[in-house]
Amino acid sequence: MEKTVIQVNDLTKRFGAFTAVDRLSFEVKESEIFGFLGANGTGKTTAIKMLCGLLSPTSGTGRVAGYDLFKQADKVKMNIGYMSQKFSLYEDLKVTENMELFGGIYGMRPKAIRAKTREVIDDLELEDEKHRLVGSLPLGVKQKVSFAVSTFHSPKIVFLDEPTSGVDPISRRIFWEMIYKASSKGMTIFVTTHYMDEAEYCNRISIMVDGKIKALDSPKILKENFGVDSMDTVFQLLARPSNYSKK
Amino acid sequence: MKQFICFIKKEIYHIIRDPLTLSIMLILPVVLVLILGFAITTEIRNTPFVALDQCRTIESQKLIEKIDGNAYFTLVDAVFSPSEVKQAFRKGKCKLAVVIPPDFANGLLYREKVDIQVLIDASDPNEGSNLYNYLQLIVAQYQKELAQYPHAGGAINTEIKLLYNPQMKGTYSIVPGLIGMIMLLICTSMTSISIAREKELGTMEILLVSPLKPVLIVLAKAVPYLVISLIDMVSCLLLSHYVLAVPIRGNIGLILLLSFIYTLSAVALGLLISAVAKTQQEAMVTAGVGLLLPSILLSNLIFPIDSMPVLLQLLSYIVPARWFIDPLRDIMIKGVGLSAIWVEFLILGSMSAILLFVSIKKFKNRL
Repeated sequence: MEKTVIQVNDLTKRFGAFTAVDRLSFEVKESEIFGFLGANGTGKTTAIKMLCGLLSPTSGTGRVAGYDLFKQADKVKMNIGYMSQKFSLYEDLKVTENMELFGGIYGMRPKAIRAKTREVIDDLELEDEKHRLVGSLPLGVKQKVSFAVSTFHSPKIVFLDEPTSGVDPISRRIFWEMIYKASSKGMTIFVTTHYMDEAEYCNRISIMVDGKIKALDSPKILKENFGVDSMDTVFQLLARPSNYSKK
Repeated sequence: MKQFICFIKKEIYHIIRDPLTLSIMLILPVVLVLILGFAITTEIRNTPFVALDQCRTIESQKLIEKIDGNAYFTLVDAVFSPSEVKQAFRKGKCKLAVVIPPDFANGLLYREKVDIQVLIDASDPNEGSNLYNYLQLIVAQYQKELAQYPHAGGAINTEIKLLYNPQMKGTYSIVPGLIGMIMLLICTSMTSISIAREKELGTMEILLVSPLKPVLIVLAKAVPYLVISLIDMVSCLLLSHYVLAVPIRGNIGLILLLSFIYTLSAVALGLLISAVAKTQQEAMVTAGVGLLLPSILLSNLIFPIDSMPVLLQLLSYIVPARWFIDPLRDIMIKGVGLSAIWVEFLILGSMSAILLFVSIKKFKNRL
C-alpha cells in the first residue's frame, strides 16, 4: 500500500461568521497528482493556505508530509513547496539568484545548490534565460521558473495554486509535462485549476462547492458515476445543480 | 547563519537593482543637509524693510537711501506712523524697520549723540543677528561719510529692539537637528517600505511557507539599510563640519557611537512600520506624516520642549530624535563627554532594542 502524505480530518476555517472551508476530510497518497477543483471563492485557496501553514485552521486535524499541521508547522514547512496563484518570485533577481536564495533559505549547502541549479537549468531548458532578471521573462517561462524554485529543495509535496492561469496552451502543456516528471520521481503534486482538460490529467480530483468537498475520485470514475463524458459536465453538475435539474 | 547571509544578499540585490531608491538614500540626505544648512546660515540679501521717517530731511532720506542701496536690504514701504510699522511686521511685509526721530538732522548737526531705532524680527535668531550686524555696518559707514562735512558731529546711536525672540536662542544648533531629522525621514521611510513591498508583491507568501524564522527576515532586512544609513550619517557629519562650518569640539568616536545607536533606532522604527503596514503606500504615509511631524515638533529642534505643556513634554519622551539632537549638539558644539549624555545613550539604545523586538513580534508568521 502507498504511503499517505496528506491526511486531513474535519479541517475548518471560519472568518467571523463566514465559513470558508467546512469540515474538509481527505487523503493524498505519495507521488499522486491530486487535483483540487472548485469555482472561485469556494475555499480552495484557503484550504491550500491551511495545508501550507500560511493560515491556521479554526478546527480539525491534519498531517502533512508526516507532521502535525498544528504542532510541527516548522517540519511541515521544511518538506513542502508552494507556488502561489500570484506570481511570486523576486523579479529583480536573476533566475539563478532566485534559486540560490531559496536553496539557501531551505538550508541547502552551496555545493548542493550549484549542482541542483545546473540540473534544473538543463532539465527545464533555461540555459538562455538563467542570467536574466526574472521580471523580464515571458509569463510561460516565469511559471516554469516558479515551479523550479518551489521544488528546488526537493520537497515531498508541492502545492500549486492555479499555476497555469493566464498561460498559453503550449506553455501549459510543457508545464504539465514538468508536473508528470516530478510525480514520476516520487513527488506528490497538489494542484488547483480551472481548466477541465487539466483536471483530466490528474490521478484523482476533488471538487469543492461552498467550502465542502462534493466529489472525490479519479476523473474516469467521476464521469462514470455521473453518466457524462467530460469533466466539464461533471463540474457543472456539481457546481450549478439547479441549472441541470430544470432540464 | 547561512540562511541569514543568503537573505542579506537578496536584500542587497534589491537595493542595488533599484538605482532610484539607492540614490534617494545616499544622495538626498546630503543634498538636504546642504540646502537646509545653507538656507539657514546663508548670506542675507534683499531683506525687506520699512522706514518711518519722522524727520523728513535730506540727512534722514540719505540714511534710508544708504540702507536701501545696499544689497542686504530693500525698502518696501515708507510708513508714517508707529502703528503702520507694527502692521508691516505682523503682515510679514518686512523683517526690519528703521525709525528716524524728528530731531535726527538737528541732533546730527548740533548735538553729540542722536538716536535712531531699529526693530528686527528675530524669530529666526541667525537671521536676526546677521541683520543687526549688517545694519550697524551701514550706519557706521554713513557716519563716516558725514564726517567729511565739518558741521556733522553727532554720533548716531542705533537702539536695537529684537522682536519675537529677544534672547537670540540657537545659532549653530540647527545643523545637528537637521541631521537627526533627515536621517529619520530617509532611513525610516526607506526601510519602512521593505517588508511592506514583499507583502504587496506576494513574495511574502513564499517566505512564510519557507522555514525561515521571522526574526531572521526582520534582521536581514535591517542590515543593508543600517549600512546605508551609516554612510549617510558620516557624510552628513563631514558636510556639516567642512562645508557648513559647524565645530566638532567633542570626541569623534562618541559622535559616531551616538549616530550609530540613533540610526539603529531609525531603522528599527522603519521595520516596525513595515511589519504592521499592509502596503508600501501605507508604510510611506505612516513614516512620513506619523513620524516627521511629531519629530519636528517634539525634538527640541525648533520649539523648546521646556516651554511646552506637560502633556507634550511627556509625549516628547518617546520621540527618538529628542534623545539624539540635543546630545549631538552638545558633543559637537560644547564638546561634552560621555558622562554628560549617558542617559540619552541608554534611552536610545533601549528604544532600538524595544522597537526591534516589537517589530519581530508584530511580524505575522501566518497570513
